[in-house]
Amino acid sequence: MTALRKNKQTTHEIDLAGQLALLDLTGAMVLPAHDALLVADLHFEKGSSFARRGMMLPPYDTRETLIALSDAVFRFDPKIVVALGDSFHDIGGPDRLGEEERATLAEVQKGREWIWVTGNHDRILPDSIGGQVVEEMALGSLTLRHEPATGEQAEIAGHLHPVGKVVMRGRATRRRCFLTDGRRCVMPALGAYAGGLNACDAAFKPLFPQGFTAHLIGTERIFAIARAMLCRD
Amino acid sequence: MSQASLLPKIFRDWFKIRGWAPREHQLDLLAKAREGRSVLLVAPTGAGKTLAGFLPSLVELAEKGPGRGTAKDRRGLHTLYISPLKALATDIARNLETPVQEMGLPIRIETRTGDTPSHKRARQIERPPDILLTTPEQLALLLAHAEARDFFKDLRRVVLDELHSLVTSKRGDLLSLGLARLMAIAPEATAVGLSATVREPDDLRRYLVAQRDADSLPLAGRDEGWGSESQDAVLDPGNTKVAPASNRLTRAPSLTTPTPGPSPQGGGEAPMADLVVVQGGAQPDIRMLELDERLPLAGHTASLSMPAIYDLIRAHKTTLVFVNTRLQAEYTFQELWKLNDDNLAIALHHGSLDVSQRRRVEEAMAAGKLKAVVCTATLDLGIDWGDVDLVVNVGAPKGASRIMQRIGRSNHRMDEPSEAYLVPANRFEILECRAALDAVHEAAQDTPDARTGALDVLCQHILGMACAGPFKLDDLYEEVRSAAPYAGLTWEDFEACVAFVATGGYALRAYERFAKIVKGKDDLWRVRDAKVAQQYRLNVGTIVESSMIKVRLGKSARSRPGTVLPRGRILGEIEEYFAETLTPGDTFLFAGEVLRFEGISEDEALVTRAGSGTDPMIPSYEGGKFPLSTFLAARVRAILADPFEWDRLPPQMTEWLLQQRRRSIVPGPRDLLVETFPRGNRFYMTCFPFEGRLAHQTLGMLLTRRLERAKLKPLGFVANDYGIAVYASGDIAARAGRDPGFLDDLFSEDMLGDDLEDWLAESSLMKRTFRQCAVIAGLIERRFPGEKKTGRQVTISTDLVYDVLRKHEPDHVLLRAARADAATGLLDVRRLGMMLERIRGRIIHKPLDRVSPLSVSVMLEIGRERVYSDNADEILAEAEAALLDEALA
Repeated sequence: MTALRKNKQTTHEIDLAGQLALLDLTGAMVLPAHDALLVADLHFEKGSSFARRGMMLPPYDTRETLIALSDAVFRFDPKIVVALGDSFHDIGGPDRLGEEERATLAEVQKGREWIWVTGNHDRILPDSIGGQVVEEMALGSLTLRHEPATGEQAEIAGHLHPVGKVVMRGRATRRRCFLTDGRRCVMPALGAYAGGLNACDAAFKPLFPQGFTAHLIGTERIFAIARAMLCRD
Repeated sequence: MSQASLLPKIFRDWFKIRGWAPREHQLDLLAKAREGRSVLLVAPTGAGKTLAGFLPSLVELAEKGPGRGTAKDRRGLHTLYISPLKALATDIARNLETPVQEMGLPIRIETRTGDTPSHKRARQIERPPDILLTTPEQLALLLAHAEARDFFKDLRRVVLDELHSLVTSKRGDLLSLGLARLMAIAPEATAVGLSATVREPDDLRRYLVAQRDADSLPLAGRDEGWGSESQDAVLDPGNTKVAPASNRLTRAPSLTTPTPGPSPQGGGEAPMADLVVVQGGAQPDIRMLELDERLPLAGHTASLSMPAIYDLIRAHKTTLVFVNTRLQAEYTFQELWKLNDDNLAIALHHGSLDVSQRRRVEEAMAAGKLKAVVCTATLDLGIDWGDVDLVVNVGAPKGASRIMQRIGRSNHRMDEPSEAYLVPANRFEILECRAALDAVHEAAQDTPDARTGALDVLCQHILGMACAGPFKLDDLYEEVRSAAPYAGLTWEDFEACVAFVATGGYALRAYERFAKIVKGKDDLWRVRDAKVAQQYRLNVGTIVESSMIKVRLGKSARSRPGTVLPRGRILGEIEEYFAETLTPGDTFLFAGEVLRFEGISEDEALVTRAGSGTDPMIPSYEGGKFPLSTFLAARVRAILADPFEWDRLPPQMTEWLLQQRRRSIVPGPRDLLVETFPRGNRFYMTCFPFEGRLAHQTLGMLLTRRLERAKLKPLGFVANDYGIAVYASGDIAARAGRDPGFLDDLFSEDMLGDDLEDWLAESSLMKRTFRQCAVIAGLIERRFPGEKKTGRQVTISTDLVYDVLRKHEPDHVLLRAARADAATGLLDVRRLGMMLERIRGRIIHKPLDRVSPLSVSVMLEIGRERVYSDNADEILAEAEAALLDEALA
């Protein structure tokens, strides 16, 4: 991944329910009005979760995810950090967290209000990982939760790991993306081993009855891509 | 002693009744078998290779008489036959039954393939046949079986068919490891390799025998006491001509006496099987198809030659029309049918077609019902196709040995000349055909070098061996090194592979408690549980099939116009990465028709028939493209460089080369000609290394990176087998004019350092290579063709794994395996390296004001071939701009 330069180059501004939201190359979102940074689907310890079942994936995914997370946090230096669920791949995840990773996480949390929203992978989170645990929360008019809901309520959610696929003249690329219709935003998964669900999947349809714009995370910047330009897998 | 007396009376009579005489090499092999020696038999098609390979086994089994079948006296497996193709194994089994039945021999012959039902498999383990015919994958499975030692303990002979084709791939690595285990279980056994003519028969001779002295090889089984089996291999008392057991494993004559110590080979010479060569029969009658019309400068369709090919088909009994790619097969088939006023039975056969369709073609062919078959490499291997009297090879031959093997498909009677035509599709291919004709007349071969065993395959094998039973690290290491491809394996690499199998082998030891194989207090490694063994069985093999998806014909829903339902039949398979670049509405040629892509439905590509007269929009896909062999490439460069050679070319070619000489220059055999010229508002640079498409693609990727850095704003490039064209908005010629060292720097070998590394970080080809290694090594589970994706997050994308591993442990064994593959596989880095070395200081820059005749050929690929790029941002920027256009419209 390209080294992140100044915030100015790595962020992409959008309007979300009347307020400014900055989309970051790491996959994080910043709401300047609340001095809050949001991330979704970190899936810490997914590698070790697979290893338990005999698939010995490189045990560096948590480390890699933390690099992206701390990069975003230290650059924006927000007062509040919200992780929108599935922060750990399974309930045993926090226990398997390595010493070094535990220390890095504590370092990133220091001096901030840290909120873990629970997800379907991590319904229970132990106190040992710091911060407070909630099922959902509000920031101004915005609801923050793991699984997006349908309806008019403005919200930011994760859970679905959207990716967008673009094919131009025989060349294809598939990237993580933010999906938004201006009221609701589904954030990309930040976890190094978190896979993706194609934005054309039927699961997104009820969330955005009027359609959406996909903000695809490129190598150097974020690109706003029309729904019509996206392809199925 | 006359050799014929080696043959028992019943065999002599059988030959006599059929009006045959045993051939010399058949008797040679019989004699070698009596002496207990392993042999490589090199013979052209039609020489009776298969019978030669089996004759010793048939004779021995006939002499032994029927086994009594009671549990106590039951006879073990005598001969194991391995073929690269399931179909070939079945075919051979059928052919073998004929002499066995006609002589009334008490010999049980069975096949074991993926299609063998489980009750039969179980029975085969319980009561082994005398001769078992199978594939490398099935052998790996058998060897991983807990009963393997018992099953193979009486084995006397291993017959490896089409060895030349097996050894060039990872399947050959896997097979070599299996062979090493077989020889460890049954040191009495000898191996017989059957092969077409190859450049280095010694490579194959080494492959057939243990690369260390088997007697000094500490067998895991012997030490652990569950294998006194090897001593049980009591010889039949009647079989007195068998040499003493200690000499049974063939090695070079000086090595028949085991030397103790760590280097038993002595003299530095590697052990080799004996060699029996059957000289090729009559010189083939082979020529180039010459037309009065001028051939195009690019393109691979040979459309102008179709009427001539059709006439040839009409004038012969049965013709095989070989092409290089499936696309060419589809196109040629269509074009021939357009001309087919006589309604000749012309069929199509390629590896992506549905199996049942292929079988129908094969059966019709064997029954002599077909006039011609248009086919790809799938018919390269030696299944008997009946009376073929003409072979037509459309397109570039790509390699001398390949073309000779294809020609060998005609006229199965080796004493009659085979008749063949080479059909060039463009002007460059005329050069290639000329070079190939020369090579055929000199009987020059260009089969690839022997492989160094792949580490991912070794990982798979180690797990398999753990499933078979507990092993000691040292013992398995010695056994593995007895396989020729792994003879040079270091202890460190071996340990790294074992560590990978156990816990992934990461520097960060996070998974010790989940280990798949564990070392006990007795120093023996064992699989953790039965689940691990089951996982192994599901993932065995080196062919990563999951990259293919099925193509299903859809039906329009009557009730809802415009909706396509997946109700039709399966037409075959296409590469997943090809399907990924299709968008609904795209049309392409497949299974002999123009199809419209409708979308992916449950892991199948859904298509409909396009209206008649529709031209396929998607021009090309990669299946089955061979790069030009280094050998032929050197010959093509030599012909090009020597005007005296031009006389031997068709006039249209000579004329074209003379024009090139007038307008630019014709490079010397070791030079690299670089031409630059402006065209439209772009600046072009072309060069002609003749190193094959894959190496050129890699070169193109690296050149564009360097041009980018030189601020010359490259826009893209195209590559073919002969050269590449790069286009930029910056003036490359002007830069080269100002800075005389610029081109030397641009093409300097250091591009294979950091530039290559940077590109590999994001290269989709590298990711594909890594994925294959990850599947073979068992890091991730294989997805089976047709198996449905079971929701997100159940499988893991190897691209993500690649990114993480590359950053945190760049020297991990899997990345090393992937890099080794990239050196020769999809990226052909090694060949590129050789080329850069060759042209150092020999770059000839020719600035031109317009495109030269030579450059036209590669320029024509623009728009025809895909533009290669891994730059995601470029693609995204284009898509984003489309949104803006829409907004502004």
